Amino acid sequence: MKKDLLGIADLSPDEIYRILETAEAMREIGERPIKKVPTLRGKTVVNLFYEPSTRTRTSFEIAEKRLSADTLNIAVATSSVLKGETLADTALNIEAMAPDMIVLRHASSGACHLLSRICRSRIINAGDGMHEHPTQALLDAFTIRQHHPRIDNLKVAIVGDLLHSRVLRSNVLLLTKLGAEVWVSGPPTLMLPGIERLGVHATASVDEAVTDADVIMMLRIQQERMQGAFVPSLREYFNVFGMTAERVRRAKPGVIIMHPGPINRGVEIASDVADGPYSVILEQVANGVAVRMAVLYLLAGGVEEGD
Amino acid sequence: MPTRLLKGARIVDPANGRDGEFDVVIEDGRIARVGKDVPAEHGVSVVDLPRGLILCPGFIDMHVHLREPGQEHKETVATGTAAAVAGGFTAVACMPNTLPVNDNAGVTGYILRKAAEARLARVYPIGAVSRGQLGEQLADIAELREAGCVAITDDGRPVATALLMRRALEYAGMFDMPVIEHCEDQTLKGDGVAHEGFHASTLGLRGIPGAAESIMALRDISLAELTGAAVHIAHMSARQSLDAVRYGKTRGVRVTCEVTPHHFVLTDDMLGAPVPYDTNTKMNPPLREAADRDALLQGLADGSVDVIATDHAPHHYDEKHVEFDRAPFGITGLETAISLCFDRLVHRGLVSLARLVELLAVNPARILRVSGGSLSEGAPADITILAPDLPVTVSAARMRSKSRNTPFDGWQLRGGVAATIVDGRTVYVNDSLPECEKLRV
Repeated sequence: MKKDLLGIADLSPDEIYRILETAEAMREIGERPIKKVPTLRGKTVVNLFYEPSTRTRTSFEIAEKRLSADTLNIAVATSSVLKGETLADTALNIEAMAPDMIVLRHASSGACHLLSRICRSRIINAGDGMHEHPTQALLDAFTIRQHHPRIDNLKVAIVGDLLHSRVLRSNVLLLTKLGAEVWVSGPPTLMLPGIERLGVHATASVDEAVTDADVIMMLRIQQERMQGAFVPSLREYFNVFGMTAERVRRAKPGVIIMHPGPINRGVEIASDVADGPYSVILEQVANGVAVRMAVLYLLAGGVEEGD
Repeated sequence: MPTRLLKGARIVDPANGRDGEFDVVIEDGRIARVGKDVPAEHGVSVVDLPRGLILCPGFIDMHVHLREPGQEHKETVATGTAAAVAGGFTAVACMPNTLPVNDNAGVTGYILRKAAEARLARVYPIGAVSRGQLGEQLADIAELREAGCVAITDDGRPVATALLMRRALEYAGMFDMPVIEHCEDQTLKGDGVAHEGFHASTLGLRGIPGAAESIMALRDISLAELTGAAVHIAHMSARQSLDAVRYGKTRGVRVTCEVTPHHFVLTDDMLGAPVPYDTNTKMNPPLREAADRDALLQGLADGSVDVIATDHAPHHYDEKHVEFDRAPFGITGLETAISLCFDRLVHRGLVSLARLVELLAVNPARILRVSGGSLSEGAPADITILAPDLPVTVSAARMRSKSRNTPFDGWQLRGGVAATIVDGRTVYVNDSLPECEKLRV
């Protein structure tokens, strides 16, 4: 592993598999009556969150605690950033207290790269702007493998607000690295220019994307996207792009439905799909802890290798 | 100052159709004579220049931000003109987006006083089109012209409406002053920070399409045609804009355009490597894709592009040492431009030396209607002396500019500036060419 986990872009397929296999071992810890191992005892992990987050922050925190790390949560409200110190100064101040790792969530793409350049601590990207959310893609891959052990022969359809989604970018990178056939679909107003160069199929037709899919991954649409004239209305969005039981029937019989959460019922996904038998949305949440434990473990010195 | 006779250089002076070895006599700050084998009269000091140097009319950078008044932590007229002469420019035209805006004779006069104190490069202030650059009311353009402004622009942003642009063209046309336009449809730009394309997509940066520029270029070319006035398209970056300029020129519209070195050298793949999210790759207009860069190179070679200008935009280290989307747009350019031109245009055979002098001296002088652009006898002795094969390693730390925000730090280039002469005074000698020291009186 490199010093930091900034994005899936930096990982080789071997490294991805190593994380997924390590996560398998970590999952077992979560099933014990005493869900704690001493692996990271004496290590300090700072969760530095510049954006509100319940799921990801909680997941990291549980993962850190199960590994016996000393954890510290710093939630920085955006308003105080505007008048306060720079990200670089905040990071250097935290650095001065010698943490081993900093888990950063930030609204600006590339914020983790800035920290990576100035910090000795290991940086874990917990979501940077519209760029990457690598642990989400890793937990998604982990979840897929629980249902389809081989990723390289799967058709995965990712549907929704592609443009603003860091989950999309990390998943496209990871799934193409592991050889899956990836289809992305959403309104042309929310498509990524040039995304075909990453080796994915892009279509505005959700029906085409989900036909014979093994995995359907839904992305959240922000309620305020009408403002930028990206979509006319949430009602129309659901009619054209929403995941309904009827659309799911075009996929393969064993299809799984995924969503990084939080879901907008009746906007990008119908409730009967979200709560239906194909949905693995809550499994994703459960797996998030194991995958983050694996990342923390490997970065904290599972094996030291030069970067 | 004694009369000087400069010998041994190749003179490239396309305005007078000269290209060859000539002697140049400088007397009382003016070009007294250019000719073959000029004899040294009594009292004339002869300067034998080292072989291989090129002597041409002083370069004019018609697009710089000197930041004074108001943002002296980034640059001052003194540091900016020091950077200019070190970069081979004998004159610069400075943009009005200072604090306060250069929309009145007071600010124009202040800039000119600072320039006179610095005694380095000539400074041509450019006034605002609109009061406060707010895009509402015209600035007092006659007053600005009287105070010394050579053009008007709302640079940093476009002239807000088609109507205001029309009026500005009509009104400035009365004095035959060009309107310089920062072409950008602000609704299409939105909160974009990088060229809309593959690299912005994968890095999660909000995109700015080339059409955001070309739409405004087309608007302004139509208005220049309507009014018969002259419009100059600043820092053109998109191939669609170049097509628009070509279209205007074939129709006889008075449209000219400039391209910056960073737009003809770099592309948006710099956003991700070698340093991901390097804020010194953030400028407006953004670094575009290879097809745009190649179109600009073609335009520089075939004459569709009139001018190379730097859009020198100094910013303090602290301002750039932030998240990419929070960093200000812009990079410095004065001290890297000529080496980039040599390395990427001349030595690759895209642009002849005569054409380079047109792009950097003849055409800016013609567009701004200022002196310079030629080595005609009687003209002010503004001279740039070039060392075409000098190996240059760009060093941000050694720059004269107050700011260091350049993406070219550490680049190795071939070709540079040997010396710069303004009004017959040697204001810069490259310290890696000690044999040029004798140019200092």
